[in-house]
Amino acid sequence: MDTIDQIAMKPGEAEEDGTVPVVAVEDLHKSFGSQKVLNGISLTVSRGETLAVLGRSGTGKSVLLKLIIGLQQPDSGSVRIHGQDIAGLALDQIGTIRKKMGFLFQHAALYDSLTVEQNVAFPLQHHKKNMSKSEQGDRVKELLAEVGMEGDLDKMPSDISGGMQKRVGLARALALEPDILLLDEPTAGLDPISSAEIDDLVLKLQAEHHMASIVVTHDLHSAKTIANRLALLNEGSVVIEGNFEDLRKSDIQFVREFLKHS
Amino acid sequence: MSDRKLMAVSGVNPPLPGRGMLLISRTLSSSMDLINEFFEWFGDLGIFFWQVVRAAVTPPFEFRELFRQLDEIGSKSLPLVALAGAATGAVLSLEARYSLTRFGAKSLLPAAIVFSVIHETGPIITGLVVSGRVGAGIGAELASMKVTEQIDAIEASAVNPYRLLAATRILACILMLPFLTLAADLCGLIMGWVAQALVEPLSLHQFINSGFKGADFNDFLPPTFKTAVFGLIIGLIACFQGMRTQGGAAGVGRAATSSVVLSSLFVILADVVLVKFIIIFFP
Repeated sequence: MDTIDQIAMKPGEAEEDGTVPVVAVEDLHKSFGSQKVLNGISLTVSRGETLAVLGRSGTGKSVLLKLIIGLQQPDSGSVRIHGQDIAGLALDQIGTIRKKMGFLFQHAALYDSLTVEQNVAFPLQHHKKNMSKSEQGDRVKELLAEVGMEGDLDKMPSDISGGMQKRVGLARALALEPDILLLDEPTAGLDPISSAEIDDLVLKLQAEHHMASIVVTHDLHSAKTIANRLALLNEGSVVIEGNFEDLRKSDIQFVREFLKHS
Repeated sequence: MSDRKLMAVSGVNPPLPGRGMLLISRTLSSSMDLINEFFEWFGDLGIFFWQVVRAAVTPPFEFRELFRQLDEIGSKSLPLVALAGAATGAVLSLEARYSLTRFGAKSLLPAAIVFSVIHETGPIITGLVVSGRVGAGIGAELASMKVTEQIDAIEASAVNPYRLLAATRILACILMLPFLTLAADLCGLIMGWVAQALVEPLSLHQFINSGFKGADFNDFLPPTFKTAVFGLIIGLIACFQGMRTQGGAAGVGRAATSSVVLSSLFVILADVVLVKFIIIFFP
């Protein structure tokens, strides 16, 4: 039987050709006190696919991502990463799975006491101990060049704009070459030009790295640009799942209203 | 229709037998909530401590962060601790001189200063100064990291935050407190001598000879090393309060304040227990 390390580090052939989902969420429930946030969500994402999770603010989109990466525990239901149920795993065990996941936080969550370069180097310093300092430095420069931030190595997070912080966050998320990328509101709070740049960047990275991606957003335009598939959430449940055309043709009142106001 | 409603309809003011009961019931309920919160806090602290211990004893070890914290907590607290120790030594010398002279025991002044400083004032002053400076610093830093999702980002990067953030800080507090206490003791003794020598000429040699007469390692080592327990308390409570913070800037402020208040309180309580323990086991 495969250990957690083996499962997490070696995606199977079926996953490679996209027939078996890399991420499988089943009947997920989550409440905070008396407030029910997720009410039986089931979703799957395969390798090379981008799923956009849409919905109004406060419908549990970010909670869904945190459940997928194990930062929060579901009340019931399962989250399978490469076929491994992550519920109840110890912090160090789930760490092995997280090495293959990249997470871009809504506000980038850069370490404010570290420079841009040190932020991107952080995962490498902890998990690529066989890499020399200069190799790590080269890899950091390569990652920052990929997101167009190669000229800002020594800047502190407080000295760069929100869009730039998201780029650095994205470079950090890609540092360990993940095969799952989770993006929490990548364009929130950005001007239209910066949003379009982030969308282009995500598309480019997706084409280059062929990851399974889940993008949480309430920006329909961005979702339409970067995702193959969309899932619309309302009151903790998936109202509709499909491509943009499926959403456009839907007769569901909430879907129509959401599209009308987007 | 209930009796109260009937009385109200008929124009008779209903009696108020329920008000007293209501007050008692509310008081009981809020007291129960407070007791629950109190035990919940200790339970959560115990779980947190267990997670930190488990993270601290399993590899990979975060030596680089530990050394950074040793510098942050040790070297950077040194000036304040030394100053507090020196001031305490001087005040102790002046006050003790006055009291001992009144009772005709002026010759005991060096011994009184030495024993007071190394037994109690040096360790407790160090514990309280560090809980103020370091407790607030750790509490605010970790709380700020928590509310800006930096701790989540560390966890998402497959790095154990209990190992990287908590274990290193707690260990640094445990290791540095005894050294800082030595510094406070030294400064306290020197300033105690200076304060005495300014009033009445006395060489440092005489002061030391007279002060340390009859003293042995049991007078010196247990009080110094008890501050390692103070370090554990300060580090543990500050990390715990910081890492469980909720809310924005107000949450960060609350975490910093509660770190200082609770760690100071528990340092004082622990001191009472440890003094008794030292008296029993190191007579």
